[in-house]
Amino acid sequence: MNATLTLSHFSAALVFSIFASVVFGITQRETTRDQVRYGFYCFCMFIGGVFVGGWLMWLLRR
Amino acid sequence: MANSTASKPATTSVSILSVIAPAIGWLIPGAGHLIQKKWIRGFLLMASVFILFILGLLMQGHVYKPNGGDILDILGFIGDLGAGGLYIVSLAKDLGQGAIAHASADYGTKFMFVAGLLNFISVADAYHISIGKKQ
Repeated sequence: MNATLTLSHFSAALVFSIFASVVFGITQRETTRDQVRYGFYCFCMFIGGVFVGGWLMWLLRR
Repeated sequence: MANSTASKPATTSVSILSVIAPAIGWLIPGAGHLIQKKWIRGFLLMASVFILFILGLLMQGHVYKPNGGDILDILGFIGDLGAGGLYIVSLAKDLGQGAIAHASADYGTKFMFVAGLLNFISVADAYHISIGKKQ
């Protein structure tokens, strides 16, 4: 494959979070409403984890 | 007597579906839901796994082969194998065989690995729907 795609760390985490949350939401809950809510919850936790991890690494680096 | 005879074909069809749905869901991500007429779920699962795997290839991610030798390579192979048809096609086309030379390629490798693992979860979900454990 000749085409090369370069994503930053954050954009890669964002893409990963979106699609992993979709699958988690669909597979882990029964009703549509619960699936949407759980998917959104997972997405927030993924992105929140990125920020918390980032700040923790910034503190450790100091 | 009449009831037991009448219920037999239904039981058989459910058991066949409970084998076919996970199998086809593994081979074509999301198809296990589509054959059970779960259209929106099926297409969302298909899009998620396909996009993650293809983005991984575009990012020059590494596709693990069965004969890795190293334990981490074997784990990588198991993860990649979950993507089913996508993994088979990428091996047949000799895609993703370069070294992981930069950070983006490492992200791509993880994308493909996770796409396979997510497909394992969706296969289990297709099975649960086929046996009536989930709607």
